[in-house]
Amino acid sequence: MSTPTVVRKRKPTLAKWFRATGWRHLVGIAVVIFAAFPLLYVLSSSLNPNGTLVGSNDLFATVDFENYIALFQRPQQPYAAWFLNTLLIGGISALCTVFLGALAAYAFSRMRFTGRRVGLLTLLLVQMFPQLLAVVAIFLLLNGISDIFPAIGLDTQIGLILVYLGGALGVNTYLMYGFFNTVPASIDEAAKIDGAGHARIFFTIILRLVAPILAVVGLLSFIGTTSEFVIASIVLTDPAKQTLAVGLFQFVSDETSKNWSLFAAGAVMAAIPVMALFLFLQKYIVSGLTAGSVK
Amino acid sequence: MTQLAGAPGTTPAPPAPAVRRREKAPLSLSGILIKIIALSVLNAIGVYALFVLFVAGSWLVFGLGVATLLVLDWIYLSRRALPAKYLAPGVFFLVIFQIFVVVYTGYIAFTNYGDGHNSTKDDAINAIVAKSLVRVEDSPAYQLTVVQQLGTFSFLVTDPDGEVSLGGEGRPLEEVDSDGTSLDGYETLSFNDILNNQEAISAISVPLTDNPSDGALRTPDGTSAFLYESTLLYDEASDSFTDQATGTVYSDAGNGEFASAEGEALTPGWTITVGFDNFVRAVTDESIRGPLLGVVLWTFAFAFLSVATTFALGLFLAIVFNDSRMRGRKVYRVLAILPYAFPSFLSALVWAGLLNPQFGFVNNVLLGGADVPWLTDPTLAKISILFVNLWLGFPYMFLVCTGALQAIPDDVIEAARVDGARNWGIFRLIKLPLLMVSLAPLLISSFAFNFNNFNLIYMLTAGGPRDISAGVNVGATDILITLVYKVAFGAVAGRDYGLASAFAIIIFIVVATVSIIGYRRTRVLEDIN
Repeated sequence: MSTPTVVRKRKPTLAKWFRATGWRHLVGIAVVIFAAFPLLYVLSSSLNPNGTLVGSNDLFATVDFENYIALFQRPQQPYAAWFLNTLLIGGISALCTVFLGALAAYAFSRMRFTGRRVGLLTLLLVQMFPQLLAVVAIFLLLNGISDIFPAIGLDTQIGLILVYLGGALGVNTYLMYGFFNTVPASIDEAAKIDGAGHARIFFTIILRLVAPILAVVGLLSFIGTTSEFVIASIVLTDPAKQTLAVGLFQFVSDETSKNWSLFAAGAVMAAIPVMALFLFLQKYIVSGLTAGSVK
Repeated sequence: MTQLAGAPGTTPAPPAPAVRRREKAPLSLSGILIKIIALSVLNAIGVYALFVLFVAGSWLVFGLGVATLLVLDWIYLSRRALPAKYLAPGVFFLVIFQIFVVVYTGYIAFTNYGDGHNSTKDDAINAIVAKSLVRVEDSPAYQLTVVQQLGTFSFLVTDPDGEVSLGGEGRPLEEVDSDGTSLDGYETLSFNDILNNQEAISAISVPLTDNPSDGALRTPDGTSAFLYESTLLYDEASDSFTDQATGTVYSDAGNGEFASAEGEALTPGWTITVGFDNFVRAVTDESIRGPLLGVVLWTFAFAFLSVATTFALGLFLAIVFNDSRMRGRKVYRVLAILPYAFPSFLSALVWAGLLNPQFGFVNNVLLGGADVPWLTDPTLAKISILFVNLWLGFPYMFLVCTGALQAIPDDVIEAARVDGARNWGIFRLIKLPLLMVSLAPLLISSFAFNFNNFNLIYMLTAGGPRDISAGVNVGATDILITLVYKVAFGAVAGRDYGLASAFAIIIFIVVATVSIIGYRRTRVLEDIN
């Protein structure tokens, strides 16, 4: 338990140090091993040219980048295409989600209209039914769209992005709505007096002031989209159009133990951009996560 | 904020949007331009879509499309619907891909939609006729050249009278101008090509006319085609099929299929509404009820235990690291949240490798070559799943608990100390209740998330080990959402969209109920303070 009272420093004995903070370090080390070991294991497997699961059990016995090169030379598993698809689908979905969510949050935060409360409640309610539950209906809907508009139907990435945009208003809007409310309304008032219209206030003033929450929502949406498997696996059937989640899953489920180190290399490369972004924006994300809980 | 209220009825809409009354803020020139361009693009796409729908003859969708486009134009051209201008784009997608699909799921749950029942009755009749083709005895041979265009094979046939026509799978013969050996725009297949595509070519049946009862042309060798006729004759008046060979009559008994008196059904059937059949089946059919009950119980246990274990570990760590005297807390924190930053679909796959019974690191290295069936024994697989989810989930709980702990004001703790509370007392009586108030909503949403944690289950065990005795493809670690996926798209037992949607509706009811009760309870918690 934390003791905020400052203890006057005497000569610290080892026992005392251990009682105060030493044991905490032990816990810390145990947790770090628990948390980081699987990731180290993947890294080690990816550097092991002996591609099997058994061969990966000697940690960092060899360091060799062969797998990373081999990954891009397999016509039947177009890793490069998966990677690009994931970035594209995730990026476009995240951008549009942020934009749609911000538009709606602005309306809920700055305007008073009939149906506002009902609208906010509806968003909460709709969230309880995640899109993947309706995967059968989504599949059949896209199947129907395919007959008329093949360009946005099954097995098209645009179709998948459109489906993801269905979830744009939701938790994200709530998060943004809370943040928009912290921006003083007097700023809008001042701009209005200066003759700015609602669109200009939104695009040039508000969006800049709420940039942090836009980054958080964008990142969360990007991570969510890139990890999404259910809908992506149903919509995208052509290997060249698939995302990393779908492609790598099939890659492993085909021959787990044989392709292990290749999969590991693919996993490392897929994870690095996401983890870098995450750790870079960690502060904002944590505030975004807890924003929902603090009234 | 009242100045911003888009109160209807205060100002009459101007006759034309170009005439701007200077009562509100003026629009800048660039603003007007952007608006005009955006609206033009929207309308261009909309009108194109409507045109396609019109040609396709989907009148219901066409009507909805017209209405939607008119509403959108009204919103953006009128001066009044200010909130709608901002809400429309998001709501548009929300209505189609979230609300509509949920309602549609509800509809499918009351049909027999699925493999063998995935189309209309007319399609089913045509398919039955096409499937029961046999060669007509002593019918003349047609000279055949197989041609292809963009990978699609077609038959170029010369009938006994010397007429040349072209047709393909589902495309009735049409007369063409050709000598019967080649056709402009089509590539003639060589003998080798035919050998390489033997199976595909011998599976093609080209309808003679629009009427399936006239029979179809098929080829056994790729050089000559013969007339095949259906052994099943459809009679529209009695709405039944009669088998020409045996005389059995198959009639429509209202089950979405043609069946004989003995109960033998012709495939395919067609989609009909079956009322509560799917729900009834789920709770009365022995082979489904038992496994389904197991899945429901495990889903609850999994979601609850996941939240409990991750929260316990996260809270414990938050308390341990929440001591200002400790050095290097930042480093520990960053390393501890690594699992949260690692893409979740990969984590489960990595753990599946680590826990692999034969070759995995855990068995081979940590346990020195033991043979523990981590993912293949029903009980151990459940434990493994909870363990992996603990690894995946504790960083999130650690983060939110840390945030909530730091939000507790120091003077409250101070006051408790003055009143003589000891560490444990402070934690139990002061910190925990305060934490619970702010974290309860997050715990509920975490429960709801884990209730549908598809990726973890599917990628780690794929729901296995499989329960062989069950009537649906279900395993010991399946939760409801993976069951929905397997029943709907599984390769094992065929697709049953109706049953899968019924399960989805059950999930929805459960999650909504739990969430609503949970949110109400938390409000009670807040009232105490």
